Amino acid sequence: MRIRAQMAMVMNLDKCIGCSTCSVTCKQTWTNRDGVEYVWFNNVETKPGVGYPIQWEQQLRWRGGWKLDRSGRLRLRAGRKLWRLATIFANPNLPVLDDYYEPATYDYDALVSAPAGNQMPVARPLSAITGQPMKITWGPNWDDDLGGSQLYARTDPNLAAMTQKVKFSLEQTFMFHLPRICEHCLNPACVAACPSAAMYKRENDGIVLVDQNKCRGWRMCISACPYKKVYLNRLTSTAEKCTFCFPRIEEGTATVCSETCVGRIRYIGVMLYDLDKVEQAAAAKDNLVEAQRGCFLNPFDPAVVAQAEADGIPSDWIEAARQSPVWALVMKYQVALPLHPEYRTLPMVWYIPPLSPILEATTALGGDSASADDIFHGITQLRIPLEYLAQVLTGGDVDLVAGVLMKLAAMRSHMRAVTTGVDPEASGVGLEASELEAMYRLLAIAKIPDRFVIPKRHKEEGAALAAWESGCVLDAPTTVRMAGPVPVAAPQFANRSGRRP
Amino acid sequence: MKLHIALFGVLPYLALASFVIGHIWRWRYDQFGWTTRTSQLMEKRWLMWGSPIFHAGLLLLILGHATGLLIPASLTTWLGISEETYHVIALVGGLLAGSLVAIGLTLLLLRRFVTKARLRIVTRSADLVMYVLLALTASAGMIATIGVNMLGGGYNYRETISVWLRSLFVANPNIELMASAPWLYQTHAVLALALIAIWPYTRLVHLWSIPLGYLVRPPIVYHSPVRK
Repeated sequence: MRIRAQMAMVMNLDKCIGCSTCSVTCKQTWTNRDGVEYVWFNNVETKPGVGYPIQWEQQLRWRGGWKLDRSGRLRLRAGRKLWRLATIFANPNLPVLDDYYEPATYDYDALVSAPAGNQMPVARPLSAITGQPMKITWGPNWDDDLGGSQLYARTDPNLAAMTQKVKFSLEQTFMFHLPRICEHCLNPACVAACPSAAMYKRENDGIVLVDQNKCRGWRMCISACPYKKVYLNRLTSTAEKCTFCFPRIEEGTATVCSETCVGRIRYIGVMLYDLDKVEQAAAAKDNLVEAQRGCFLNPFDPAVVAQAEADGIPSDWIEAARQSPVWALVMKYQVALPLHPEYRTLPMVWYIPPLSPILEATTALGGDSASADDIFHGITQLRIPLEYLAQVLTGGDVDLVAGVLMKLAAMRSHMRAVTTGVDPEASGVGLEASELEAMYRLLAIAKIPDRFVIPKRHKEEGAALAAWESGCVLDAPTTVRMAGPVPVAAPQFANRSGRRP
Repeated sequence: MKLHIALFGVLPYLALASFVIGHIWRWRYDQFGWTTRTSQLMEKRWLMWGSPIFHAGLLLLILGHATGLLIPASLTTWLGISEETYHVIALVGGLLAGSLVAIGLTLLLLRRFVTKARLRIVTRSADLVMYVLLALTASAGMIATIGVNMLGGGYNYRETISVWLRSLFVANPNIELMASAPWLYQTHAVLALALIAIWPYTRLVHLWSIPLGYLVRPPIVYHSPVRK
């Protein structure tokens, strides 16, 4: 048992209103620069829908993530090492700009500089890449709220595996929003695919980063990531990705997307996991969600604590792991599920499935969306939303999703009984009344200190970091091993002219 | 004669100095810019054909040039390879590799300058200079191979050009030998020297980053901020 700590996130999809505030604040912070105009480290998609980039879930096309070969060994879907090196001159699986979208701006200058005339001047759309006039025909959230679903949502790759057909008529359809960032996986395919070893996972907090000084632009990470959350900067031709806002995390502050989330849907906390179980879990034949849960270690177990201390995890981090809302939602209540576990990367941003499609369908069928019986009936009868959620969150295991929804429904009816002064019935989902109420507090009214339990990075590490970040390697203690990564692009242009020995 | 001294006695050393010092400077100050400068995000269909063909040809060409220029003719004769056999192998290999480079480079140049406005946006002046020199060097080499060695009477560059090149490395350049070579070969050599001189300041540096270490390293890379 080798224990490592991982910063992880849970998003409660029932509370996501799809406002995209997370995307906008992330963009303003990280990708508001030349070269990454088309890049959204955080984006919000409507499901069912094609997503960003278009059909990113279609792994038959992009060959992202891992698969098991005939003898049951874990392999990158893109092929063997030699084959991937042979395709280094032209990566057959790489999305191009049009698979994301061509960003546009408007010719605002025409509004004030146009000569006097009979017509009002118009600000025509211009490509933010080339500056040429363009027609805007696609965007990163073009099919928002099922807009144009007859055209777009029908081509959602998740629908192909479903036995029943989703109907896109207004009365019968369902939808939910899916905010996505880098999953900071336990078994990251992007890292495994990087020919230059420029991508790495931090041992102390699990954040996956790109060393900008080591990236040579081989672009294998971009196709290998099944979530398409590594991007190519078109000007520097290096890879860039979500950094989990590590400068904020190191200071004990939530990521920008979480901090600014209007619906307060995001939770951040520490998870302790067993490094020795990772490969085995990623290569599990089935029950991938269960296998990944098997990697996580109980921070209340004295044996785990002793080993964690031996592995150099600071005691305040172990304490944070005990209070971690991610631990509570993933392991204690088991209501959070990973996004596409079948990609076998062991993602570390988990999702609480939305109950709202079931509630709406229950109401549409004439049931009472506050009655546990009616909802339970809905969960067992309404196969279409269930099957779809299972495609997205459990790799097709409908029972697993149904079990989570049952818990959410039980919590709902319990709290309704409590508020209306009725004696609550036994939940029937294996949770005590006190647990249901604690879960309710965490899901419905948790304040910032409950949602974000983020231990600061330790000062002794920080001192070493500050020394090499200032470029003075000789001043740094000799314990520093990392060769000066510049993991994000913000300082990169300064770096181009500045010294970095 | 003064021109010959400048081109074949001085220029090689200037080019070499630029090559060595340039690489040291680039590595020390610009590892961030040390990339393939890939433009596949902007255009994929032409690249899928042009790039593999071009790179395969170029790697073959580098191998062929290393054989022809660095291995003395006496060694191949001693190994039992006659001059005629060597000539045929070199001609066939050179034509094959040269054609691959010519086709690949044509596709890549058409792609970059004809197909899409997007590609011109990401093209830098260093790219332009490199493309011009690469195209001219390759053309001169191809014309010499076809014109002199295939259709013409043939020219045994291993007795002159190769000897001149090796004499450079012992700091005793045999300028007369190179001066006696046909002008096509001289042009090819001078262009190649210019290419070597600008090498470290262009995207060509990615040749030194061929990721062979990838074949042996463990898949997941972990970084620890503090050594345990």
